[in-house]
Amino acid sequence: MAAPCVSCCRGLSYRLFLGLRVNFAQRQGYWQTLPVDAQTAPESQILRLIHTTVVTTKKNVSASGRDSYTEDFIKKQIEEFNIGKRHLANMMGEDPETFTQEDIDRAIAYLFPSGLFEKRARPIMKHPEQIFPKQRAIQRGEDGRPFHFLFYTGRQSYYSLMHDTYGKLLQLEKHNDPFPQKTESMNPIGSRWLIKEELEEMLVEKLSDQDYMQFIWLLEKLLTLQYGPAEEEFIQRFRRSVTIQSQKQLIEPLQYDEQGMAFSTSEGRRKSARAEAVVYERGSGKIRVNGIDYLQYFPITQDREQLMFPFHYLDRLGKHDVICTVSGGGRSAQAGAIRLAMAKALCSFITEDEVEWMRQAGLLTSDPRVRERKKPGQEGARRKFTWKKR
Amino acid sequence: TSKTMLKGVRKLIPRVHKLDPGCLLRMSTQAPRSIQLPVQRPRAICRTPESDPAKHGDMHEGQHYSIPLQDLKTIFPHGLPPRFAMQVKTFGEACLMVRKPALELLQYLKNTNFTHPAVRYLLYGEKGTGKTLSLCHVIHFCAKHNWLTLHVPDAHLWVKNCRELLRSTYNKQRLDQPLEASTWLRRFKTTNEHFLSQIKVEEKYIWNKRESTEKGSPLGEVVEQGLMRVRNATDAVGIVLKELKRQSCLGRLQLLVAVDGVNALWGRTTLQREDKSPVAPEELALVHNLRKMVDNDWHGGAIVLTLSQTGSLFKPQTAYLPHELLGKEGFDALDPFVPILVSNYNPKEFESSFQYYLENNWLQHEKAPTEEGKKELLFLSNSNPGQLERLCAYL
Repeated sequence: MAAPCVSCCRGLSYRLFLGLRVNFAQRQGYWQTLPVDAQTAPESQILRLIHTTVVTTKKNVSASGRDSYTEDFIKKQIEEFNIGKRHLANMMGEDPETFTQEDIDRAIAYLFPSGLFEKRARPIMKHPEQIFPKQRAIQRGEDGRPFHFLFYTGRQSYYSLMHDTYGKLLQLEKHNDPFPQKTESMNPIGSRWLIKEELEEMLVEKLSDQDYMQFIWLLEKLLTLQYGPAEEEFIQRFRRSVTIQSQKQLIEPLQYDEQGMAFSTSEGRRKSARAEAVVYERGSGKIRVNGIDYLQYFPITQDREQLMFPFHYLDRLGKHDVICTVSGGGRSAQAGAIRLAMAKALCSFITEDEVEWMRQAGLLTSDPRVRERKKPGQEGARRKFTWKKR
Repeated sequence: TSKTMLKGVRKLIPRVHKLDPGCLLRMSTQAPRSIQLPVQRPRAICRTPESDPAKHGDMHEGQHYSIPLQDLKTIFPHGLPPRFAMQVKTFGEACLMVRKPALELLQYLKNTNFTHPAVRYLLYGEKGTGKTLSLCHVIHFCAKHNWLTLHVPDAHLWVKNCRELLRSTYNKQRLDQPLEASTWLRRFKTTNEHFLSQIKVEEKYIWNKRESTEKGSPLGEVVEQGLMRVRNATDAVGIVLKELKRQSCLGRLQLLVAVDGVNALWGRTTLQREDKSPVAPEELALVHNLRKMVDNDWHGGAIVLTLSQTGSLFKPQTAYLPHELLGKEGFDALDPFVPILVSNYNPKEFESSFQYYLENNWLQHEKAPTEEGKKELLFLSNSNPGQLERLCAYL
């Protein structure tokens, strides 16, 4: 019985039990103020342990439908977090003043080691702002009159934002020439607009796709005009930087052996195979795997095609010699591991652009697919037992 | 390999990015430049008109010469490997490449001293490097020069998958294999028709109560007897071998004994008697006689042998050296011999083979005639002739 209520209004059903007033949709009543309300508004009803149907609960529930945390509660959580942070710093022997979030994460991972696969299920200690969802501040005064002038549109934050942006747009158009020239381009490739989820999070309101597109369209139009630093700051609030992936790629340093030939080593992994490849700068295209020629080690053509891929992509088919060692996995996993190791090792011999091209071709990404775990009650990872009707 | 021929994969070509400097992603593959190969030049590289193996020299190395199809039927009624036979049928011509091991062997054969005991030459090498075809080259040479060729195409066929095993009438301990023996006799007859009437047997052989072969009758009669009475086929084979040995010792003919997969003679068999007990190779009459044949206690000819892992029984796949495949017993029996290593193609031979396939329109992929296609094939096959042939079959 309780189930449909809970699933529909996430956790609000318990409020029914506690006797909340459910008349006004927008009132997110705090528990301590309830008795006061109950006294001052005698016409309200206090519901006790009545399970209303799904439909009625939905009508009376506030639009966001979130769990409500009081401001005091949040403040207390923040204090506790800070104290806890200092305690943790003391425990780890670090300086409490310069204890950053990364240090906290590392300390928690050390103190509470977890073997769970899902990263989000592991113990975390983060600032309460990141844990508790953002709440809307109370939007009506004591007399029931809303604070914001756009309250009755239903989505006050969104419409007010649109209003402000359009106001700025009109202002700039009035000041500027009818045909303005754009002097500098503001958005290099390194930043992007907020995505819809991020905007929703910022406004604490649900948006539809069309609303989001309208907003972005307005911002784009704003970009085409000349604007000053105030508008710049306004626009930057809605842009996020995009990390340039290629700069993260680690390029191995070159090493030189006795003959003066340059070579470079790196490792690669695929499923449970581990490979290490040493690529020499000059050679005739010979590859030795665990001391055996690659033609004998990989009699299957498909595996040899995998080995060929990095060299073929860079047009360096007969130019490098490779010696690699590999262990674990099956034949296909070993071929994939060697391919990754060779591609990474090749990065030392090629230009930055070529590294970027290889990264885009997927040669430098290690394949995250591993064997899925078998679950109890099923025959395999996905396969269920044979279904018998009776 | 179609996917390696870059249908979907972006390929880096440094010149391309000058066209669009702002674009990070690679454009799709540049359209292959149409290669205007001069028509006459490839023929000069990969083919030679010289079809007499005796005249093949170092200048012909890497080139293909064709064997007339008529000769093919007589010289190789069974001797060609199946894949090569299919290729012959497809292309309509039998072209063998002239390679160093075969040239070396021909050189030795041309200089054989027929008074000395027969020298044994052993072709060995990794899988798919061309041992059997080199052997065929040598057999062609010998056939052209009127040697009597005794060719056993695959000795492994005699030690496995035999339907009937009979107790030998000649020797109670040994076992006969009538089917294999009769097939071999039939093909021997096709190859050496003209010799059979010339050679005369030296002693009398009694087959059974009613039939016997007199001394001085032509060898052809023995062969006929073996073919007609399948039960006696194995004994017929034994007699043929013995007689030929004797004749070549007397200097009346030059004998070439060519056995492919000779490591079968000293390995293990998968045959069993009726009581499921395993059969050792020496208990098979055919194997016993053949072992005597490859002994170097006769003169007047040469023995050319090939090792083969492909059909071998109970040998690991990476084994290719003589002592690995022959085992101690076989190595001692064959010792001393001249080992000849057959290796993968060198770049010139690879180029020649590649041109040969192109000429016969065997490579249909549009990327195949280009340099890049060639490099891909080179990498994927690692210049191994067998691998190359299998790869090209798909293209």
